[in-house]
Amino acid sequence: MEKKNKNVLIVGAGIAGMEAAAQLSELGYEINVIEKEALSGGHVNQWYKTFPYFDSSKTVVDFTSRNNEKLNFFTETEITFAEKNGLGFKINTDKNRQILADAVLLATGFEVFDAHRKEEYGYGIFKHVISNADLERNFINGWPEEGNSPRRFAFIHCVGSRDAKAGNLYCSKVCCATAVKQAIEIRQHFPNSEVYCLYMDLRMFGKHYEEMFQAAQEKYGIHFVRARLSEVNQNMDNTLLIKVEDTLTSRPMKLTVDYIVLMSGMEPALKSSELAKFFGLPLDENGFFESAQALVSENKTCVEGVFLAGAATGPKTIVETINDARSAALSIHHYLQNLS
Amino acid sequence: MKPMIVNTLSMYIPTTQTNIDMELKGKERIWEKYQKEIPLNDYYYARSCIRQNFWPGSEQTFIRILQDELGKNILDEKHHTTCSGIAYHCDVVPLETTMTIVARQFSLMSESGYKHFVPSCITSFGVYTEILETWHEFPEIEEKIRKMLSEATGRTFDKPEFLVHPSDVIYALRNEILQKAKYRLVNAKTGEPLKCVDHIGCHYAKMFPEKGVGGAEFPHVLVGMIEAWGGEVVDYPERRTCCGFGFRQYMVQANRGYSIACTKRKFDSMESYKPDLIVTNCPGCPYFLDRWQYVIAEMEGKVYTDDGYGIPVLTYEELAGLVLGYNPWELGLQMHQVSVEPLLEKMGYEYDPTDKYVVGDKNINTRPETPNILKIFNHGEKE
Repeated sequence: MEKKNKNVLIVGAGIAGMEAAAQLSELGYEINVIEKEALSGGHVNQWYKTFPYFDSSKTVVDFTSRNNEKLNFFTETEITFAEKNGLGFKINTDKNRQILADAVLLATGFEVFDAHRKEEYGYGIFKHVISNADLERNFINGWPEEGNSPRRFAFIHCVGSRDAKAGNLYCSKVCCATAVKQAIEIRQHFPNSEVYCLYMDLRMFGKHYEEMFQAAQEKYGIHFVRARLSEVNQNMDNTLLIKVEDTLTSRPMKLTVDYIVLMSGMEPALKSSELAKFFGLPLDENGFFESAQALVSENKTCVEGVFLAGAATGPKTIVETINDARSAALSIHHYLQNLS
Repeated sequence: MKPMIVNTLSMYIPTTQTNIDMELKGKERIWEKYQKEIPLNDYYYARSCIRQNFWPGSEQTFIRILQDELGKNILDEKHHTTCSGIAYHCDVVPLETTMTIVARQFSLMSESGYKHFVPSCITSFGVYTEILETWHEFPEIEEKIRKMLSEATGRTFDKPEFLVHPSDVIYALRNEILQKAKYRLVNAKTGEPLKCVDHIGCHYAKMFPEKGVGGAEFPHVLVGMIEAWGGEVVDYPERRTCCGFGFRQYMVQANRGYSIACTKRKFDSMESYKPDLIVTNCPGCPYFLDRWQYVIAEMEGKVYTDDGYGIPVLTYEELAGLVLGYNPWELGLQMHQVSVEPLLEKMGYEYDPTDKYVVGDKNINTRPETPNILKIFNHGEKE
């Protein structure tokens, strides 16, 4: 079959890249996957459970890995150069490999906002100030200090998102629902705990998110306070004293807690600008890849043969990412069919 | 199916690392980010309007340490004026006026052949920083100010190559000072380090974190001095809270309740750590942290030390002067409301308590009135 002669290079082996790879390999294309890490699965691989159904993240990673045996992986590999090669592309890697591709899919995902940048929140300074990603790792690896049950938790929403000081004006989309999910998990794990969610807005936009939020309030007794954090300090007994403004009453408020969980948002992948230069692609004002037609065809770029999927174009949920990856696969399929 | 996923993630929180180690490592990470270049000689010194009244010994001590102790070149220029910073922050003068005044100070510096501008006052430092940044971002404003200065005075100016605060300079020279130290920040009887609270003036780095040593959230400028000279830094929950001055909190008389409430909140927060002293790098902070201890005692009957004398509050120059063994009364420590003698006793300091009210060769016979609650250390009498 002629389409078997066509090959696609997928950059990034997170769930977007893997789902697109699975779809395209089922359509008979030869797939090369470049991944900077040693493992596929991306961030989801480091997540314990997903919202709103509390399914294991492993389910998602296993699902998107279903055609792994059909794929050629180049792990711990990064692109060092790319150029147009006839109708396709020639790509060099840091492992001195040259890969020829008829089409390229950039599924480079995102970086978790580095909470160290919000210095006043004390991340990396106070032991019990952790990030949402750290919390997931605690659930995966077993909660540290199991015998010494922490009592009070505060979840701080919008860390590095919708924050002009951090340079990110956009919403990271998944953190609200993640915070509600994680707050419930804390209440399940530590039944005597008291949990506060200090939010800016609660964006429960997806199917069954609102029900999860209702359960968080009614079944799990989680306190939702519309408040912004100004600073974190440590008391003499190592508990954390946080200063917030209750933005409904416009009053300052202090809260003493044992743990703070910072809901770090999504930022563009570190190498986005380098890749954008290689392929001649524009980035949007936030540093994510810009689609040719964001409204109706988010997967297409202004360069023929280069496509986008997943959080490479901006924050997305798992459901959106998988749908987006399938859409990208279909766009690539049509493109390659027309090419032949 | 052949998934590549292997769970190799390690526990996030290492159980062997103590909180203190982590805190230090975290702070060092921030301190590395906010290092600034500090020239080690040839300073043009601009005095502070209020420091000359509140703490007249401090500026003199800065010059003494630099000139006499460390052999540095520093110009104590006579013709500069206020920077008008207080008026600016109280909305009394327009920014253009302040900028033109600042331009004249720079003109005096250029005329004297200096390039390193060192303003004594934190608010001045903030004003100069803000103006230089404004001119950098909006060169047309700088041009306008150059024109205004020229029309008013016929002067021109070069911008400083380095703008540093004297606390930056002492920070940079802290190890040289240590080499000449006669005393350490150590309790002479127990050998324990003295517990020191550092309080940073708001205008030092809160507006431009990269202009301060260590940034705005965990400044290193005073911490570096304390630790170099043997003390231990007390980190307490209200560390970042304003000293209580806050300009309009105090300048507007009706708001003074905010001022003292703010100061009280700090003392309530630091009390349980039992600090031996507070060190500051701002003109207003030591004043309010010092004087409000007397007022809180009168209003609430509350003193924040077991001995009833209160917590001594020092400027960083006074602290450096003590480390170098200077006569405390030449440092001007008798200008403090809270008695400093309990601190001198802890340090095992050799001094003459009867010199407390000697000015030049004149012994002032009258004594300040004794407060009702806050104890005053023997009023300069021998025990």
